[in-house]
Amino acid sequence: MSKTLRSNIITVGLVFIAYIGAQILIATGSISSLMKGLLVPLCVYAILAVSLNLTVGILGELSLGHAGFMCIGAFSSAFFSKCMKMFVPDMPGALRFFLALVIGAALAGLFGILIGIPVLRLKGDYLAIVTLAFGEIIKNIINILYLGIDEEGVHFSLKSSLDLNMADSEKIIINGAMGITGTPNDSNFTIGVVLLILTLIIVLNLIHSRDGRAIMSIRDNTIAAESVGIPVTRYKLMAFSISAALAGVAGVLYAHNLSTLTALPKNFGYNMSIMILVFVVLGGMGNIRGSMIAAVILTLLPELLRGVVSDYRMLIYAIILIVMMLFNWAPKCIEWRKKATASVKARLQKKSAAKEVE
Amino acid sequence: MKKFRKIVSVAMASALVLALAGCGGNKGGSDVFKIGGIGPTTGGAAIYGINVMNGVQLAVDEINAAGGVNGFQLELNFQDDEHDAEKSINAYNTVKDWGAQMIIGCVTTNPCIAVSENTHADNMMMLTPSASAVKCTQYDNAFQVCFSDPNQGAASAQYIGENNLAQKVAVIYDSSDVYSSGIYESFSKGAENQSFEIVAAEAFTADNKTDFSVQLQKAKDAGADLVFLPIYYQESALILTQANSMGYAPKWFSCDGMDGILGVENFDTSLAEGVMLLTPFAADSKDEASQKFTNAYRAAYNDTPNQFAADGYDAVYILAEAIRQSGAKPSMSVSEIGDALKAAMPQISVDGVTGAGMTWLSTGEVNKSPMAVVIKNGEYSAM
Repeated sequence: MSKTLRSNIITVGLVFIAYIGAQILIATGSISSLMKGLLVPLCVYAILAVSLNLTVGILGELSLGHAGFMCIGAFSSAFFSKCMKMFVPDMPGALRFFLALVIGAALAGLFGILIGIPVLRLKGDYLAIVTLAFGEIIKNIINILYLGIDEEGVHFSLKSSLDLNMADSEKIIINGAMGITGTPNDSNFTIGVVLLILTLIIVLNLIHSRDGRAIMSIRDNTIAAESVGIPVTRYKLMAFSISAALAGVAGVLYAHNLSTLTALPKNFGYNMSIMILVFVVLGGMGNIRGSMIAAVILTLLPELLRGVVSDYRMLIYAIILIVMMLFNWAPKCIEWRKKATASVKARLQKKSAAKEVE
Repeated sequence: MKKFRKIVSVAMASALVLALAGCGGNKGGSDVFKIGGIGPTTGGAAIYGINVMNGVQLAVDEINAAGGVNGFQLELNFQDDEHDAEKSINAYNTVKDWGAQMIIGCVTTNPCIAVSENTHADNMMMLTPSASAVKCTQYDNAFQVCFSDPNQGAASAQYIGENNLAQKVAVIYDSSDVYSSGIYESFSKGAENQSFEIVAAEAFTADNKTDFSVQLQKAKDAGADLVFLPIYYQESALILTQANSMGYAPKWFSCDGMDGILGVENFDTSLAEGVMLLTPFAADSKDEASQKFTNAYRAAYNDTPNQFAADGYDAVYILAEAIRQSGAKPSMSVSEIGDALKAAMPQISVDGVTGAGMTWLSTGEVNKSPMAVVIKNGEYSAM
């Protein structure tokens, strides 16, 4: 068994074990409703962290608009699902969700390509700047978008829902700042875990494939990569669009977990993009398993702090974040950790050696 | 190093499982009514959530000091939802684990819609102090303390029309805010069969709410003699200041969001002279119930209450009245209490600080008359 294969199996196995553990807890009824409600969001954020790690860690480009791609996936799929619920009510939920998933991922990926074509030809921080603007633009467009469908056809406006001239306001699907309400709750924990494992398989396979090595060579030295004939833009575009499409998948999962979907700065704005970036940086750029674990911990943490320090939980959260960042990545800390593990190891060896002597 | 990573991985995984196990929570069987509160106490909308939380706490303390409801004490657990639908579900699950038997919340609209889906599934009684969209009460277990958006907008249009306040009206509203755009829509619908005409409807969004000169210029050019502001007081204060500096002095008309404008720092309150607003509550009104509440709130929190605090305060008294009417007991299950309170709500009538003789339809909407006040000599006075 090769080293990479073993590492990949551990990563996927971790998710699987967590899934089995959670299922056992649900079956025995010993899980709190808070945790039960958090299971799907955990999958959403883990997928987001893994997908952004592909851009930041593997491709080496900074993307500050990941929430924008998530937003596209969420709104396009919620739009589709609500239309289907209204006009084809007897469509099975699983099929509806599958189609919504394909639509959300495809649209997010398409936008990834559209943005990537001009920007990924450039060197430097341009991708960060453009994706930052992109995320904000998407959020603002959705906030002024009014769309409804009735017998007369599709009504569309950028002004207000009154300008749609619809007789029945129940048939407005996207209602500006109100967003989409009444999306069917098609997602569940099992679907979330399946999607997370799929994401992991896609990303891990890509990294360890020929294409993945080409992508990483671009990250490490663009000139050298070009000189051996690697089409730089094509590989950059490939990694970035896959990353965007996976963010779209997370968006689909997010949208189908809540009955109301709005594009607030909180959930699809700049802060969210930074949050995902924090998952990646804390977990380790290029370290898929690490970013996944970081996403889970940082999502759980503020909720677990509710019970302990209700008033100051966001403050404590920030402090813990800083401490974790230092513990994981400060050079002195890494040195200390190395020393500590070495001494523990030495002691263990001494003990086992002593045992052998006996 | 590799071994260390492995150890960390295992530790993380086990920590996760332990965390998932969490606390089971204790439900029922006690002799207090457990009320869960949900609202934003951090983030951009924190001012509303904190006000509601304080108002609710004040009322809970008062009721407990007076001997409780039917002899049972009330207990409050208020959780933060950061004005985010996803976080509001977490907040709801937290209070549910704590053993909440009824919910006061959510404070803001979208979280409220998301949570109502869950409370409906659990058949838990839910009373929102200030989420005003109609969708918030789409299920039979959800009720409102505040007016619904259509109610406010239509009432404003009717008031302006019937009192002949203006011929040409301009509206400046926040298109990224559900409250504001909801009122605007019902206002323009209500305006269709009134004597005045809407000559300009200008929007702004939460991202650019510091400069209103464009919107004001358009309203001025259209010759509007009244500007309707279905927005919150922070932006209203800026609009009034900017209109003054460009020499535009129409009549101003607003809704309950305007309450609080006299307390804005560095705002020349003389600019607010003559501003009319429809509001269920004004902190400075001479009404006895409002005065008592305002004084108690000032004493407890050293702050002037706004309508959110008043809504939260009333919400507790409304629940108490519904409990009295239905004879519900803390030993009953959540769903039984939900059924009992649901049935009691349309039968009760409550005199609160946000309205006298409030009654409810079984759809969840409140029935009370808005009070029109005008700012005169730096004080609210009834029109």
